[in-house]
Amino acid sequence: MSTVWSGTALAEAIEAFAPGSVESSAGIDVWLKPESISAVCEGLKTRAEFKFDLLSSLTAVDYIDHFEVVYHLTSLPMNATAVLKSRVGIGRTDASIASVVSIWRGADYQEREVWDLMGIRFEGHPNHKRIMLWEGFPGHPLRKDYVTYDQSIVSTIPDATGGDK
Amino acid sequence: MNQAFLDNSLWRNIYCVLAGDSAQCAARDYSPGMLPGGMEWLAFLLAAAAIVGLFVNGVLGGVIVLIWGERRLFGRFQSRTGPNRWGPWGTLTSVADAIKTMFKEDLVPAEADRILFNLAPILIAAPALMVFSVIPFGVGTYVADLNVGVLFIMAITSLTTLAVLTASWSSANRIAILSALRSVALLISYEIPMALAVVGVIMLAGSMSLGEIIQAQGVPFILVQPLGFFVFFLAAMAEMARAPFDLTEAESELAAGYLNDYASMKFGLFFLAEFMAEISTSAIITTLFLSGWRGFDPIPSHFWFGAKLIAVLFVIIWFRMTLPRLRIDQVLKFAWKGLFELTMINIVVTAILIFIWPQPTTAQLWYMAAVNWPVAIVSIWAVSKLLGTPAYEQTQPDLNAPTYPVGSEDIPASSAYVPEVKTQTSLQEGGD
Amino acid sequence: MAIKTQPVTVNLGPQHPSTHGVFRMRVMFDGEEIVDVEPVFGYLHRGSEKLAEERTYTQIVTLTDRMDYVSSMLNNQAYILAVEKLAGIEPSPRGVWLRMIAAELQRIASHLVATGFLIQDLGALGTPLIYAMREREGILDLFEMLCGARITNSYLRPGGVFMDAPDEFWPALDRGLDDIVRTIDELETYLSGNEIIFSRTKGTAVLPPELLINASITGPMLRASGVDWDLRHRAPYDYYDKISFERKLHTASDNYARYWVRIQESRESVKIIKQCIEQIEPGSVRPSFDDVPRLIRPPVGDAYAAIEGSKGELGFYLVSDGGIAPYRMHVRASSLINLTLLRDMLIGGQFGDLFVTFGSIDLNMGEVDR
Repeated sequence: MSTVWSGTALAEAIEAFAPGSVESSAGIDVWLKPESISAVCEGLKTRAEFKFDLLSSLTAVDYIDHFEVVYHLTSLPMNATAVLKSRVGIGRTDASIASVVSIWRGADYQEREVWDLMGIRFEGHPNHKRIMLWEGFPGHPLRKDYVTYDQSIVSTIPDATGGDK
Repeated sequence: MNQAFLDNSLWRNIYCVLAGDSAQCAARDYSPGMLPGGMEWLAFLLAAAAIVGLFVNGVLGGVIVLIWGERRLFGRFQSRTGPNRWGPWGTLTSVADAIKTMFKEDLVPAEADRILFNLAPILIAAPALMVFSVIPFGVGTYVADLNVGVLFIMAITSLTTLAVLTASWSSANRIAILSALRSVALLISYEIPMALAVVGVIMLAGSMSLGEIIQAQGVPFILVQPLGFFVFFLAAMAEMARAPFDLTEAESELAAGYLNDYASMKFGLFFLAEFMAEISTSAIITTLFLSGWRGFDPIPSHFWFGAKLIAVLFVIIWFRMTLPRLRIDQVLKFAWKGLFELTMINIVVTAILIFIWPQPTTAQLWYMAAVNWPVAIVSIWAVSKLLGTPAYEQTQPDLNAPTYPVGSEDIPASSAYVPEVKTQTSLQEGGD
Repeated sequence: MAIKTQPVTVNLGPQHPSTHGVFRMRVMFDGEEIVDVEPVFGYLHRGSEKLAEERTYTQIVTLTDRMDYVSSMLNNQAYILAVEKLAGIEPSPRGVWLRMIAAELQRIASHLVATGFLIQDLGALGTPLIYAMREREGILDLFEMLCGARITNSYLRPGGVFMDAPDEFWPALDRGLDDIVRTIDELETYLSGNEIIFSRTKGTAVLPPELLINASITGPMLRASGVDWDLRHRAPYDYYDKISFERKLHTASDNYARYWVRIQESRESVKIIKQCIEQIEPGSVRPSFDDVPRLIRPPVGDAYAAIEGSKGELGFYLVSDGGIAPYRMHVRASSLINLTLLRDMLIGGQFGDLFVTFGSIDLNMGEVDR
């Protein structure tokens, strides 16, 4: 049975080798500061108490005033999983974060997809191009403020408060 | 008009009907011919036109039937029926295909070299037809019995290489040229084993004439020359570019390869040439190794020839349908390191046997067969070891290999996440 | 004297018989050796993740069918597990057993497609492919009995499945399992008795396990290099902890090993289905609408759930804002991530191996592009 790292325990362990890199933690999530992603991920992969050698998933979510990059990590030797998050682009300006391709090669296509669809830059990615859409496509479609070509399509799903989106 | 023509019953019948006055025909008791005396040249021309027309149409008709037969057989191998819509049992399907091909638009790419582009289909179809002129389809049924028949066949079939190169070069298409160069390498490499495999047959028969080879087969040469048959069969399949050697028009890799830019009847000619090559190769194998039209008396020789032809065609289609294809480097390695050595062994052994028993009788042919079969089996086994392809045992997992450590340690229990119990009623309220 | 050569760039375009969908590769080669490969995809991108933000949780099940269209049940299962984790739904037992049976049948169908198309790409003009597809037709008939659709099933719902299996399903399943075992034996005889297949697939495109794990590659590709990582065993979901099965591992990590692993896994799937048939009990196949309403409003939060799909770890990451549609859905597409090492596998190899190697990754463009 695989174990899930608890957020607080993981945050303490990360602070132990990279102090000042954790913003907060709750449940199974740890929020890191964007500038410390490289150092923390390097440590999580190589240090003996973590051994996170498989990056399961790298994705991003658009919370209107900021973006959040989410990393799901798996450790094969210890059969454990963990979740890292990082808030970037506060105020929706200048959304960029260090690339982890040099640590986990599996981040290659996933980071390109986040750049393509969400518009977050990954500093240090060797092939920082769009992957699904063509170069020259206007905008980043998965953003919440993306305006589609056809303005006549109106959403009919009510949002959480019961009103219309 | 020399003796050879009049021995050929086909020529004799047509020529002597037309010009029965000539001396040779009179000696054979023909009534006076239809043409006045002195016009033997016209009789010769008409006879030639009639026989050539008969053979060409016969071959083309055979190709139509073969296309239908091959597609039905494909279907049966794949647990489905083949074409069964047009005509009884789908026999008119290939006729419909031919008509469709003729009516398509004939495209010539803009950068193509027009003269060579138009010449290539002719270059490939004409030699394929010419091979049929020396093959005897029954007693006395042949166009000509050259005393260098085998050499003629080998020379004519080499023209395919030139045609392929012409077709691809004139298409001015990168993929076509790639595919054609692989094809040329294949064709050149397999001509040598093909020609050398027949040397044993020629030595046994003492002549290169196909008629005399058939006469010499008291015992079919497939039994006396198993190595020769093995090598010739595989080399001929490679020359036809059939599976497992069909990498030149590997449809799943390079689309149609060097045929890419051909449309309409030019493509039809390439297609025809491939099937004509199939029939001619089967006919050559039947003549050289399966004793041609020889059989048991009450049944006519044409039937024996046809039955053996169909048997060889069946085996060729069977190979095509079930075997995957080889890569170009494996194909060339097989030709030069495998088949070439087998032909050398075959020639040496046959030469020794001919030295012991020159002009062998039927009984001596059986002795030769008894010597040749063990030699064949041992040399094929030895050459396969030399080629060194992987065996079944090498493809099984290695149980002693070091494995990546998975699940070998645990994180401390205090670091594990313990979820609080979520109740389902929170779903109704829409938030917690 | 050295001959001056020039590498040639060829575009193996989106329309091609062997690229398993719309996939484009710009290949540069020097004679027969591949020098550079640039994959281009996105031709089948339909914006599933954006569409999911406009659909209710139950409607998204139909979207997930169409991602990896040869393994619809497995896509459904991954998504439903994420929804159940997000919303805290307790699934009903009979529904879980049924969806395990459906998932394993789908895994067999997907592996049959992969193996059949391997041999097709190797050049056997369709004969073994037809045998594999004929068996897949049998499995699709079973799905039609279960839920009415053959390929894009939409069979699963949050909490279970949407329809119980009819009475004629169980004897048909028994007969179907015997047929499947027979076909797998036939295909295995073909694979393991054929010198040509050995010499074409053995020793080509070898990848060490450390590189595979670093590239986040999971599934049969990883098990073909000797790493015993299968999410059904290491992180069991549904009732996989009540089932026992072996993970088939190969150590050579070449093209032959990947196909061998898929064939052997299909046999193990048959064993799993038989154990499910023994352990299934009567009951309802989905919770009643009082417990799990038709329109689910999960609490605010996020959840990631992954299953062992036919191509590797297939995961769904769902973020909920308390509404009836997710705020964000992300698919951890196993095919896209398995493509990461394409250049490593192809560069330095021969052109004749290009499509064999590409087929051994077992991609599905619907999942790569979503």
